[in-house]
Amino acid sequence: MDATEAVGILPDVYIRLTMDGQNGANETYTLRVMDNGSGIPAHQMPLALGQFLFSSKYKIKQARGTFGLGGTMTILYGQITTNKPVIVTSGTGTSRIVEYKLMIDIERNRPIILDRKIHVNPLKDGERWHGTIVELHLGKGSYAQASAKVLEYLKQTAIVNPYANITFVDPKGRLYKFNRTVTQIPPPPKETDPHPHGVDVETIQRIIRSTNARNMYDFMRRNFHRVGDKTAAQFLKAANIPAKTNPKRLKPEEIVTLVQKMKEFEGFLPPDASCLSPLGEDLLRAGVLKELEPEFVAVRRRDPATYLGHPFIVEIAIAYGGKVPARDEVLLYRFANKIPLVYDESGDVCWRIVRSVNWRRYNVAANMPVAVLIHLCSTKIPYKTVGKEILSDQAEVSKEILNAIREVARELALYLSRKERVRRQVRRLNVFARYLPKIAQFSAGLNGVEKPPETDKLYRSQQVFKEYATKDEFAESEPFDSRLYKTVLVHVANKHEANAVNVRVLGMAGSQWTELIPESTLTSGSELYETLRGIFKQVKVQVKSSKPGKEGLIDAIVDGVSE
Amino acid sequence: MSKRSNKESAVERKGAVQKGLENLGAKFCEEIDEGVFPWVEMKSRSTDNIFYSPEYRQYILGDKTVRRSARVISHLRPFTQMVWAAYFVHELLQQKKTSTLRDVYYSAQAFDMAFQDQSESDNIITDLETSIESPRESFNVFPEERSAVFGDLTIQYNVPGYENRRTNLSSHPDGMMIGPALTESQFVETSAERVIVVEKGAMFTRFVEERVHEKFNSILIYTAGQAPRSTRYFIRRLNKEMGLPVYVFSDADPWGMHIAMVIISGSANAAHLRQLTTPDAKWAGVWATDIEGYKLPSEQLNEIDVKRLRELKNDPRYTGGLWQREIDAFVESKRKCELEAFSRYGLTHIVDKYLPERLSELS
Repeated sequence: MDATEAVGILPDVYIRLTMDGQNGANETYTLRVMDNGSGIPAHQMPLALGQFLFSSKYKIKQARGTFGLGGTMTILYGQITTNKPVIVTSGTGTSRIVEYKLMIDIERNRPIILDRKIHVNPLKDGERWHGTIVELHLGKGSYAQASAKVLEYLKQTAIVNPYANITFVDPKGRLYKFNRTVTQIPPPPKETDPHPHGVDVETIQRIIRSTNARNMYDFMRRNFHRVGDKTAAQFLKAANIPAKTNPKRLKPEEIVTLVQKMKEFEGFLPPDASCLSPLGEDLLRAGVLKELEPEFVAVRRRDPATYLGHPFIVEIAIAYGGKVPARDEVLLYRFANKIPLVYDESGDVCWRIVRSVNWRRYNVAANMPVAVLIHLCSTKIPYKTVGKEILSDQAEVSKEILNAIREVARELALYLSRKERVRRQVRRLNVFARYLPKIAQFSAGLNGVEKPPETDKLYRSQQVFKEYATKDEFAESEPFDSRLYKTVLVHVANKHEANAVNVRVLGMAGSQWTELIPESTLTSGSELYETLRGIFKQVKVQVKSSKPGKEGLIDAIVDGVSE
Repeated sequence: MSKRSNKESAVERKGAVQKGLENLGAKFCEEIDEGVFPWVEMKSRSTDNIFYSPEYRQYILGDKTVRRSARVISHLRPFTQMVWAAYFVHELLQQKKTSTLRDVYYSAQAFDMAFQDQSESDNIITDLETSIESPRESFNVFPEERSAVFGDLTIQYNVPGYENRRTNLSSHPDGMMIGPALTESQFVETSAERVIVVEKGAMFTRFVEERVHEKFNSILIYTAGQAPRSTRYFIRRLNKEMGLPVYVFSDADPWGMHIAMVIISGSANAAHLRQLTTPDAKWAGVWATDIEGYKLPSEQLNEIDVKRLRELKNDPRYTGGLWQREIDAFVESKRKCELEAFSRYGLTHIVDKYLPERLSELS
């Protein structure tokens, strides 16, 4: 994904898992992963995949991985469990495709090249293929046991990468497709120098190795984020480090002191967020809508902030209804740099924060289908463990997460209370509809008359459209005489199995028709319930097909109560 | 032996109830026609509106009223249920049929008016009682519990099939069941001079065997424990319509004492009704002081008895001298005994000795 985003390509990822064989409880699989990224230059391929800690960079930007450990670990795991090599194929859009068969020499941390092939990269539609294919073998696994987590992982990946096509073929040959619904990619992060508050001894050593600065003054102003001439001088003075000192001559204990002084110095400007690449509210909403199809969603991207010198941005979404499962408690989805975190949820600080919220204050009750999605973007995700599955409690980060949850929860609360109001109104009307005729009937019986009195002056329900097929132009319902009624409720249901309709409701005030409910789209199977405010002589419903030539099918009922 | 005869007619009273129900229906119809949500107003039965009236010598409802209207969504269901109940009992009255609370609960289902449980339908019947200020017996909804009466009282039935037929309540030695037909019958004449009420069947049978009705010129009534409402209504009618004094005999313990009290002053649950009490009736025993006075075999009061006595001590119905004296005596002696305790001195002791002494003491 990073390899595509960086060059502005919409990612297509294909994953295939096949079972090779079974020996007792030991099942072996072949995993094939293909992307359409920029590809790996041929000379870097063995090192990129066959050696740990290949990266020598100290510059930072938000990325899904940190050191490229994940891929190499997988290859190593495959090698240990099956003793089979990995085959890596990559094209960079040039005329050739290079294929390596590799193993890792674990003792010396070096790739062993078993085979190397060159293929022709043909020109297709004026372009040549770019991307990477990794095929490796995995042992000691059980897809039957892991499948739920695998699919959950892919679904969540699809949520935070709504611009990606993800295809997965499982060992039983079942095809899972997560299609993109948007074609925008979040702006890629800019590479920046590390911020002095965020460096450790290891990073300083790496900078010293690669810097061409001959003194501490240059070292400081050239290699660190938000450190200019003035700040560099101020810092060295405050830290009591002579500006002329050659950084390459620093002794190990002096480096430790330097890092310490950097952390203590308060004169550095906070890091900016150009090195981050958040999804943005539109993409996050698109991802949630695509995979969870909720009835309601609210998203919020918080402003950039920092913890311990690392910039970060919190993005939050809250979803209600649709495919969100109803649980005893609010469902939590965690993401870090566009990667879903699916394990050990209860150890995560996000979990603690979500539990600490008094959801009842936001009209959320137990067993409601509510999901909270927390996406943390940072150049350094504060993982609690090396497994990189759970976030630790960093006060600044936690505060941002909590504030973001509160913001979206308030929107949900408004939605839920409006929904509840409509529900109550509908129930109220149902009660009138049910009991008033009975009161009339029994009163007539008591009074010794046969015909019950008309209850129209108290309550009336009129079906103004019945299984009506919509046209391309607005068609009008018969008007509902609303003079007697204080409360008028309009209910429109789109009964078509595929097509959407557009609906609006007009009311006659004085001698003018005014719009009471502006034109809104009702998708297939959805309904509109709305209480009208104000007193009108007449009310009418207008409907048309959302798309020309595609007729919808609607029922519309108008109810009035003189209360 | 002089004969007394009745002045008040049960038939007329029913007519008034029926008319009241019809007026209610007419009011609702008119309101619906005019576009007004129908409503009723009735006295509130909440505990803060129940007061003891020394004047009526019973609990009564205060001035607080509740308005139940079809416009209030939370009232709509109970309001409809009440209109249905009014319609249903009106039909009962018209067809001269009777029903019970349990029966009402099931009948509702025939009209798609299902109640959640019987307590809901009972409550609606009580609303109707409050609203038209008449006990449910007056609209033919009778209690399930049955008690009995024996003695010289000639009654005339009003129920269908027995119209104008007469019967004398001494015609069957087990007594006659106080059911709907008897409760609503017209009292024609009696030679009795008093009514003796006992709470226990064994004692009732003993009294009949010992010809108490003749020896003491009385009508005997058996309440089977706490007197059912129709029995309380029946006792009241004997007292009011026939002018007979009423004497209640019950066990000598707080519970027996309270059986007598409910006949005399009613219960808080029936504060909305005036027709169920007999304020002039007298508790004739067995008193706490009788245990010592008649050397009756007795038992120790238990904790619940003592607790109940403390409650009764502060109950406004128990302010009279006799009541306070007897409560104190119970507390003092910590003893209780049953009506049957007199058998310690022979089966007829209660009739030969206790009854004449007590009746002369009280009259």
